[in-house]
Amino acid sequence: MFDQIIQFLATGLSIGSTYALVGLGFAIIYNASGVVNFAQGEFVMLGAMSAVGLLGAGVPYPLALLVAIVIVTLVGFSLNKFAIEPARGASVVATIIITIGASIFLRGAALLIWGKDIFSMPAFTGDEPIQIGAATVVPQNLWIMGITVGLVIGVRYFFDKTLIGKAILACSCNKTAAGLVGINVKLMLLTSYGLSAAIGAVAGLLIAPIAFTSFDAGTMLGLKGFSAAILGGMGSSMGAVAGGLVLGVLESLGAGLISSGYKDAMAFVIILAVLFFKPSGLFGFKSVDRV
Amino acid sequence: MTILQAVNLDKHFGGVAAVTDLSFSVTEGEIYSVIGPNGAGKTTLFNMLCGYYVPNGGSITFAGKDLAGMETHQIAAQGISRTFQNLQVFYNMTVLENVMVGCHMRTHTGLIKAALRLPSVIREERQVREWSMEALELCGLEHLADREAGSLPYGELKRLEIARALASDPKFLAMDEPAAGLNDTETVEMRQLIQRLKERGITILLVEHNMGLVMQISDRVLVLGFGCLLAEGTPQEVQNNPAVIKAYLGEDV
Amino acid sequence: MSRLKGFYVYAAAVALLPILFPDNYFVTVVGATILLNVILAVGLNLFIGYAGQISLGHAAFFGIGAYSSAVLTTRFELNAWLAMLVGLGLVYVVANLVARPILKLKGHYLAMATLGFGIIVNIILVQESSWSGGPDGLGDIPTLSLFGFEIDTDLRWYGTIAFFSLAAILVSLNIIDSRSGRELRAVHGSEFAAQMMGVDTVRTRTNVFVLSAMFASLAGSLFAHQQAFVSPESFGFGFSIEIVTMVVLGGMASTFGAVFGAIVLTLLPETLVVFEDYEMLIFGGILMGGMIFMPQGLFVFLTQKIRALLHRRSAPSQKSQDAQKTLECDS
Repeated sequence: MFDQIIQFLATGLSIGSTYALVGLGFAIIYNASGVVNFAQGEFVMLGAMSAVGLLGAGVPYPLALLVAIVIVTLVGFSLNKFAIEPARGASVVATIIITIGASIFLRGAALLIWGKDIFSMPAFTGDEPIQIGAATVVPQNLWIMGITVGLVIGVRYFFDKTLIGKAILACSCNKTAAGLVGINVKLMLLTSYGLSAAIGAVAGLLIAPIAFTSFDAGTMLGLKGFSAAILGGMGSSMGAVAGGLVLGVLESLGAGLISSGYKDAMAFVIILAVLFFKPSGLFGFKSVDRV
Repeated sequence: MTILQAVNLDKHFGGVAAVTDLSFSVTEGEIYSVIGPNGAGKTTLFNMLCGYYVPNGGSITFAGKDLAGMETHQIAAQGISRTFQNLQVFYNMTVLENVMVGCHMRTHTGLIKAALRLPSVIREERQVREWSMEALELCGLEHLADREAGSLPYGELKRLEIARALASDPKFLAMDEPAAGLNDTETVEMRQLIQRLKERGITILLVEHNMGLVMQISDRVLVLGFGCLLAEGTPQEVQNNPAVIKAYLGEDV
Repeated sequence: MSRLKGFYVYAAAVALLPILFPDNYFVTVVGATILLNVILAVGLNLFIGYAGQISLGHAAFFGIGAYSSAVLTTRFELNAWLAMLVGLGLVYVVANLVARPILKLKGHYLAMATLGFGIIVNIILVQESSWSGGPDGLGDIPTLSLFGFEIDTDLRWYGTIAFFSLAAILVSLNIIDSRSGRELRAVHGSEFAAQMMGVDTVRTRTNVFVLSAMFASLAGSLFAHQQAFVSPESFGFGFSIEIVTMVVLGGMASTFGAVFGAIVLTLLPETLVVFEDYEMLIFGGILMGGMIFMPQGLFVFLTQKIRALLHRRSAPSQKSQDAQKTLECDS
């Protein structure tokens, strides 16, 4: 029984890392522009699908991964430039519809280019199972967790120590003030969308060898990544990461110990619980209306 | 006769003491002004009165009833209404519709009756229109009744808020900086409007920075400083109070 | 009565269509779907458009209504109209329960909570196959009958659903033009000011949420009997988004905006089918484009343009409202 739990934990941390990355992508865009990007899951899907397409065209493996990330980053830029920026002052409802429209658009594009098939992708370094204590994992699981840790540290460094990172944070606090001190707000927002898309693409590349991919693989993943961000607290990037890991583990434990049919429901029950009892999430901030 | 009584009010936000041990009472029918520098606790006081903030200590009694634990709409039902420093106009409605919302507590139609549009509903609508036009007339806005609220200039929006509050037939009106942002002519009109409200028997609690206005129309003035009571009395008394002078102008060295 | 001008036009159009185009599949079948979506959109519009809230999970109520009718009439052989009432009652209870915690949230959080609720209901419909029939759905649902008169042809279904859509529109119009309607719009305009005018905003938002849920439930019950088959697919996140889009793209805070949105969004896939593989892509594009360029909705956009054309004067309110807001930022 204990061994089983260790296994569930291992699987949970692995899938949780993916949720963490998707959640991180959500948090970055939300922090920078106040927009909840319902198309985040599509970045993940496009990362994986592009790589699959490139590999199929004979591009060498490492190059395919790199080009896939670049392609999705460009998609992220386009989303900001053509859909979000023109609708700057729009209401919450309108912005939600726009990003949902974007997600449908991207899914439609994927459907057009790659059809309805499900694709698999070779793992980074093969799929010989490895025994770690009571848990059996494949090398890809280790890649997922390792690269996630690396990316999170990198993103943390980016926002804490680099000028661009701080400039983006400034935009999220107060766009007008940021603009007044010489920050190119539009460029910063563009950058944050690109960064978010790139992170999403990496998540897609990491998970595709294990979970396969298809044109609509992004939807559920996006929603769960969003749950992770809410669990962690929408104002906090690191919170989103923590939220993702917690979500992955809880989902895995729930599926293994309680019921696998309701696995997907787990994420949403958790969100509802968080939203009802502590909407600011595990690490987020409360906001107060000024009257 | 005392209509509003505040006793030992305390409100702090984390480490910041916004209001400390504040006690005062307002007599029915008077214009009672609260003045003090920014950050003195005036808006905090207002928000406690309206149930938006819960006091950490002390009590507020209105017409003999303790307002503790009441939600904002319940406090409104006691006969208290309010205008806002940052306009809270319903921009998504016309001027008349804004004021008609003010009549909410004087009417009863619920969803079901409204859906069926019973004769009582039609009668009520007519009555509400009458009351609303009356309130608009008192505030000099009746000719703008069908305009979108968003198209009105600032000065008229301030009067719209008053008309809306008036439509609820309040016993007590708390006005949060009604003269803010008004030019001299508009300020005179505002003073006359407040005067008309008093003549209708409404007790008025006024927060204002415009000293001229305050000293001209107030029956009594409360001076707040750092959340505490600095002075209270007639405009004359307050103007000559050394503590007040020190707070506003400093001391001779 | 000029107040019901639009209603009469709509009623006339709905009545005339099957007469002008008899035996037309497009009118009776697609038309019936449009009319069903009208009920959904008009109901949701009260919540989203007028009260200014958001719900990304309303397909759940559509589903609860549909499955209540389906299960009660097939497994328990309950009278179809009674089953519909039970469905309404069930939705009344569920919506009230769900409203208490959910409606404390605003904006994105509310959107997410309603989304979560909708997906959980959908998953339950898929998992509990013992009574729901699981992913394969539930079939052989008997049809409705009125005083022995069976509603079993396309035309009769068209008529039945048309009747309910007229009722839905009438109720919506009546509510908007009343104390309740002003209550809703006040909550949207400024919740604090509404409270200060004595409006119990929590109860208001709960009531309109429950009402819009019941509209959806009614539509669901009709749907179940009309199709004689239900499966969880029709009641998922995708459809919740479709209904929201009808309201938002059609035009918020406008009953006929919602009607218009329902018409356009039902016809759109029918026309887009021509583009085959490009359908999803174009649909997504239209959603984005629509919201970016016509945020007040297609209906309001078109009526403004027509009015401008007729009066050669542009609508002042939006501009001066923006100017007003800029003023306030500066002061």
